[in-house]
Amino acid sequence: MSEKIGVYVCHCGTNIAGTVDVVNVAHWAEEQLKHRGVVIARDYKFMCSSLGQELIEKDIQELGLTRVIVSACSPHLHETTFRNACARAGLNPYLCELVSIREQCSWVHTDGTAATEKAKAIISGGVERVHHNEALEPLHVPIHPSTLVVGGGIAGIQAALELADAGFQVCLVEREPSIGGHMAQFDKTFPTLDCSACILTPKMVQVGSHPNITLYTWSEVERVDGYVGNFTVTIRKKARYVNTDTCTGCGICWEKCPKKVVDNVFEAGLGKRKAIYTPFPQSVPKYPVIDVENCIYFERGKCKACQIFCPTEPNSINFEQEDELIQLEVGNIILATGYDLFDSKRIPQYGYGRLSNVFTSLEFERMCNASGPTEGKIVLRDGKTVPKTVAIVHCVGSRDENYNEYCSAICCMQSLKFAHLVMERTDAEVYNCYIDLRTPAKGYEEFYRRVLEEGGHFIRGKVAEVTDSARFPDEEGKLIVQVEDTLIGKQRRIPVDMVILSAGLEPRHDAKEVAHLFGISCSADGWFIEKHPKLDPVATMTEGIFIAGVVQGPKDIPASVAQGAAASARVLGRIQQGEIALEPIRASVIEEKCSGCRICNDLCPFNAILFHEDRMVSEINPALCQGCGTCVAACPAGAIVGTAFSNEQILAQIEGLLLINLQSPSRVLA
Amino acid sequence: MSEQFEPVIIGFTCNWCSYRAADLAGTARIKYPANVRLIRLMCSGRLDPTFVLKALSSGADGVLITGCHPGECHYLEQNYKALRRYLLLKRVLAQFGIEPGRVKLVWASAAEGVKLAEEITKMVEEVRSMGPLEWPTSMNGSIHGFTTPEEMVLQEATS
Amino acid sequence: MTSNGKPKFAMYWAASCGGCEIAVLNIHEKILDVDANFEVAFWPVAMDAKYKDVEAMPDESILLTLFNGAIRNDENAHLAHLLRRKSKILVAFGSCACEGCIPALANLSPLSELFDTYYATISTDNPDGIRPQPRWEVPEGELRIPKLYPVVRTLDQVVPVDYYMPGCPPESHQIGAVIDLVVQVLQGKAELPPLGTVIGAGGSTVCDECKRTRNVKHISKIDRIQNVKLDPEVCILEQGVMCAGPATRNGCDARCPTAGSPCIGCYGPADGVVDYGARLMTAIASVIDSKNPQEIEAVLDGIPDPAGMFYRFNLAGSLLRASKAAWESK
Repeated sequence: MSEKIGVYVCHCGTNIAGTVDVVNVAHWAEEQLKHRGVVIARDYKFMCSSLGQELIEKDIQELGLTRVIVSACSPHLHETTFRNACARAGLNPYLCELVSIREQCSWVHTDGTAATEKAKAIISGGVERVHHNEALEPLHVPIHPSTLVVGGGIAGIQAALELADAGFQVCLVEREPSIGGHMAQFDKTFPTLDCSACILTPKMVQVGSHPNITLYTWSEVERVDGYVGNFTVTIRKKARYVNTDTCTGCGICWEKCPKKVVDNVFEAGLGKRKAIYTPFPQSVPKYPVIDVENCIYFERGKCKACQIFCPTEPNSINFEQEDELIQLEVGNIILATGYDLFDSKRIPQYGYGRLSNVFTSLEFERMCNASGPTEGKIVLRDGKTVPKTVAIVHCVGSRDENYNEYCSAICCMQSLKFAHLVMERTDAEVYNCYIDLRTPAKGYEEFYRRVLEEGGHFIRGKVAEVTDSARFPDEEGKLIVQVEDTLIGKQRRIPVDMVILSAGLEPRHDAKEVAHLFGISCSADGWFIEKHPKLDPVATMTEGIFIAGVVQGPKDIPASVAQGAAASARVLGRIQQGEIALEPIRASVIEEKCSGCRICNDLCPFNAILFHEDRMVSEINPALCQGCGTCVAACPAGAIVGTAFSNEQILAQIEGLLLINLQSPSRVLA
Repeated sequence: MSEQFEPVIIGFTCNWCSYRAADLAGTARIKYPANVRLIRLMCSGRLDPTFVLKALSSGADGVLITGCHPGECHYLEQNYKALRRYLLLKRVLAQFGIEPGRVKLVWASAAEGVKLAEEITKMVEEVRSMGPLEWPTSMNGSIHGFTTPEEMVLQEATS
Repeated sequence: MTSNGKPKFAMYWAASCGGCEIAVLNIHEKILDVDANFEVAFWPVAMDAKYKDVEAMPDESILLTLFNGAIRNDENAHLAHLLRRKSKILVAFGSCACEGCIPALANLSPLSELFDTYYATISTDNPDGIRPQPRWEVPEGELRIPKLYPVVRTLDQVVPVDYYMPGCPPESHQIGAVIDLVVQVLQGKAELPPLGTVIGAGGSTVCDECKRTRNVKHISKIDRIQNVKLDPEVCILEQGVMCAGPATRNGCDARCPTAGSPCIGCYGPADGVVDYGARLMTAIASVIDSKNPQEIEAVLDGIPDPAGMFYRFNLAGSLLRASKAAWESK
């Protein structure tokens, strides 16, 4: 055996040493694995400390170690720590392996003897594996300085502005005719009660006029090719049927348009728009779009009022306009595609859609908004009557095993805001029916006190039912909210005029498809998965793709803004470095062995495998390869090899784990 | 000191989901039997049937294959390849007389530390009740019956 | 060395069909090169000889022995050990010796089942239920026949082997090429390859030599060859018939696919492969065109005997080598 292996067994205080006899394990390794190349085995209280790392560095230099095994905590925590220590001492970092005898051994087993034996087996597996480790170098790829931001809500706007202000080109793609997202629909924002449009529209205008931002609205990303630093993105710019070079946004076309349509998107179904429209007055960009499904011209060839009355020369309406496909190169992508509201019709006992004066949260926002369908007046569905009693139901579709188990984070504050607005604009009595009141951030708890002091009624109980079926005289003509008031221990029936459902936040209906398009994953709920839930919330597992805002999970506006800024900061860091080092875990085809059978060709979801018709061999693009190893495992000729997780390493590890190496020299066949 | 049979099970985990689930079980101090020895792969799609055969023929009593839930694979679709290979391998192993419960496929997301621990505990008991595999090519089931020249006794078969 | 100064050559058949011998004879006039350069010391198919003659030879006095056939019984094992002692270079010749080949398919059954098949079927005329015995007393003395081992083994599972020539049989043009090489070595014009090398075969797999057009693979059904009208220009696997070409070492000129028949894998695994069956299994399974377990099982139902299909030639040389029942048979 020509390798010189150092084995380091960490006590981790009592975390490991409390169950595993680490001293015994180290002795065992030095004696029993000597014939396998182990020249030194040490145990130490905290290997990750600087003293612990120095032990390794010293041994590498003095004993000429060629391989290092550290048996301690999970590689997800300290693999880099120990690899860096080896690099400092002159040993290629990939010749060092960290095997876990903590998370996978001492912390999960109670029988100390069995845990100690298992720790020995784990180390033995590591020793056998590390024989076959190769010295690897990371792969360097250049980073294109432009960035794609998908989603023009507040998170996407923030990200785009930060990047553009730093002097780099940004392309912002938004599916709706205007940027602004859900925040543009709100009236006031908690807890400051800032007017939402007033704080949002300046940013929107900045985006619209920034020299470094190319804005594509009424557009969607259709295809993504490439890899970090070098993405090629295809965007479908849907036809607006309006020529944006000549349109001035004067608004005559939508004034004259005879066709009214219920606006299910921006007005949340509460109000109407025309067949040619901009979603709201402060839309950025100001150009309208024609809703082809509801336009009289597209339906029957008649009307054309918008074209007739359009004052520009040449005319800005173009019924022949077609979708445009645009391709661009970017280095990084930030996804900030936001959320959809939980569909309250799924809870029939709350009566939404059946009982006319049950409103969703977004409907109520539009009602409160001064430029909304009721001009800011809080009125019942008849458009006239001011309610005298209002109930606000928390946790609609959230914290509920039947719908979504998670908490939607913003609904308590939103419900308090609604209570305040109702009490401000009407004389109504307001009842908030809640399970808990979640008011964690700055000013939130104070806002709750304010609403309490303003006279809001709070009932701690999950609403069972909203009904119009009266049992008592004072319930006639009202909506009755049936709820158990758990603080007084009584069932209550509260007759109200209006019920507002604080519906939960859900991932967009096409979240899974979008995630797949960009090569990232969604959790079972549908939120995009971050690289690490605690320490890396804006990165994803796919290099070069970042996420920001509610798409990563329910959160309020400050958190969305923070994430948008965080994502852009990460991208700026990459752009500044100019290149990125990719982990050298990837596969490659040994051309002489490849027979061109093409079994591997369709196994790669990252399209890293190409086939050369002229030479009848397959080849793997190392920059696209993500290192999953599926092709390595599938190749029938054994012509594809994978670094860092090679067949030799894994087969050797199996032998080591089963302690075959103790009984005779290794019989690894590979 | 208990005399009961302690099976040795080799477990394959994927770096992003099931390995993290195992780590989570550790951080949450969830207890499970010490009979499973885990190997980390980047993805369940890396699982080569050779690994399962190697483990069984080298002394393991069982093999546990774990990965991300279908639709949640970090590399998008590769766990389906693992599923296909597993379904075929099961049929072949049955012909070799290896009980189906000895090789199991379990999906576990990074959040499912409890579930993984439960599956491991269940499998350990199942394999324990089946008894040791002791495949004859492994060290603990030594190759028997194959003799050396000195022990040969033979006469000419032809006259 | 012999009386005429030429190096000795031997060829022996253990548990085999004789096809390898015929393949050697099929090298046509090259057989004259063999005769010119070697003295045939022991070749039971071609000339008469006794084991005791071989036992009498000095150790390593045979330069080259081609040993074909698997190790089924103790006579095979005895000769394996004997010829190893007496030979300088021992070649595992043909699939039987290299990986077990067809005789090793018996490894899926215990001996008792094998004997039932040989001696106790409905159509067998064996009214007294006689089974063969390794020893039998007759008035003249004791008769012995070789004892069957419960499990068939490859040559290198019994003795160290110097080179491997795969194939069932190895193609004659490959045998010719090897003979040319050996003659060159004898003349000092070439070096022998490193010990343990596979010779007389290619470094890739059969697809490399197959002329059919190949597309990206998606398998949505697997059927038997008699149920599919095969297009001779297109990859057989893509047409829904099992072909072992992708996993099988090349060197045979893709004879079978060229003739309209799928490759069945007789040249064994490619270089560095630990278990042939695993490679073929993983390749086929990975490209099954479904994510749904029921659909996948339905496709797999098209292979009624997967162990036999994927280990047709390679069972003894695989990792598991035999079924549990076979290992435990008495």
